[in-house]
Amino acid sequence: MFRPSTIFMSLLFSGICIVCFLFVHAQMRSAADLPLLKKHARLAGQLGLTDLALCTEARYTRHPSQSDRHSAFQEHPGALEHFPTGAFIPPPGKK
Amino acid sequence: MTPALDRQRNILDFTLSSLLRRRGKLLSLVFIYSTVVFVLASIMFFTHALRREAQILLADAPELVVQRMVGGRHDPIPLEYAVAISEIRGVSGVQPRFWGYYYDADLGANYTLQAVSDNSLQTGNIAIGAGLAQLRGLGNGDAFSLWGSDGQPRTFTVSRVFSPASDLLTTDLIMTTEGDLRELFNFSKGTATDLSVAVRNPREVQTVAERIVELFPDCRPITREDIQRTYTAVFDWRSGILLVTASMAIWAFVIFSWDRASGISASERQEIGILKSTGWATEDILLLKLWEGIIVSLTSFLLGLIGAYIHIFFFSAPLFTSVLKGWATLYPSFRLTPFIDYYQVAILFVLSVFPFLLATIVPSWRAAIIDPDNAMRGGA
Repeated sequence: MFRPSTIFMSLLFSGICIVCFLFVHAQMRSAADLPLLKKHARLAGQLGLTDLALCTEARYTRHPSQSDRHSAFQEHPGALEHFPTGAFIPPPGKK
Repeated sequence: MTPALDRQRNILDFTLSSLLRRRGKLLSLVFIYSTVVFVLASIMFFTHALRREAQILLADAPELVVQRMVGGRHDPIPLEYAVAISEIRGVSGVQPRFWGYYYDADLGANYTLQAVSDNSLQTGNIAIGAGLAQLRGLGNGDAFSLWGSDGQPRTFTVSRVFSPASDLLTTDLIMTTEGDLRELFNFSKGTATDLSVAVRNPREVQTVAERIVELFPDCRPITREDIQRTYTAVFDWRSGILLVTASMAIWAFVIFSWDRASGISASERQEIGILKSTGWATEDILLLKLWEGIIVSLTSFLLGLIGAYIHIFFFSAPLFTSVLKGWATLYPSFRLTPFIDYYQVAILFVLSVFPFLLATIVPSWRAAIIDPDNAMRGGA
């Protein structure tokens, strides 16, 4: 019969091993993905793209780097910004 | 085994048995703790990976984009500006860019239309993103109609569908020829959406940008560095909803730790009293509580961290998708590359484990230094 401390230490060691494995996985996968990312970067350069297509609902979240500071308020200067992704990508700040 | 190690093992055995007697409390504690670590680690992994990916993907973005502003808003730029800008010392080329947005009322989706700057497309042909192709059920050779600004439909032939792996850049993209885009959007002749400026020496970009503003005060230059900086700011953990989520998780953890630090339960106090009356020294009790803290905090930290990694890098952050998608119909299906900032992981470890250890030991020390008889009776 194993002592509780032996079982706990084994579980803790397994958890640390899993974290180490995940970090090794992260290193290996980021090294493996880099050529593909660079290929996509060349595509972005060739097409002249300036932004990620992460949020497509509003123009200032689709092109955060290109939008003007009023774009979040659309056609109503007094209206509050109302797109949900605006919570994640705020209107551009002062450059 | 050395006596010191044997002592530690005995105390650890006792701590584990004591914790297992309060199984329900232990499980709820580990659940709350690991959830807080999971939320914080998920935000940390997600934002750092997106920031790195944006840095790499946009490394070849236009060196300098020049927009014309009218009344604080982006306006088409006259092509004469391009001629004057191309004469600035250090500028190696100026390319007018044509792009805009198209709202597909049938599906409620927004597309980004952009003209190619080379001859890679023929008139009447378009290249589309994989997300859009999937949404509309399109493939190579299919016809796709868009409504022009004159109210008339224009039919294009899909000549290329971008790879789904590039979805993070191209999901909603429609690339057309300049002529087709001009006709579709009824762009007035002699204007472009903005200008892409190439600079011979990268160190002169800022000087060229300043010269452009001197020449054309109504223009706004956006350098590649500005683009990169935008993404660094957007995916910074201090911005927008990330701050709200992170601060909620941190506050929940602070309240939870404070609750523990401000006092221990009557049964725990009684247990300490019994241990002291059976000969345990204050030092042994502190060791017991230290082990208790280590067991709970390390287990929760490891569970939260492993869960966050799986959530972000194996399942592509499903919990964040609804926020990022908003009301949009088109959302890129992307698999994030696991770029990890180990410094952030170390900070998360220090901020989540050490305060908890402190919150476990301090009240126990206060209980351990009082008279055992008093402690067993529940006195302070």
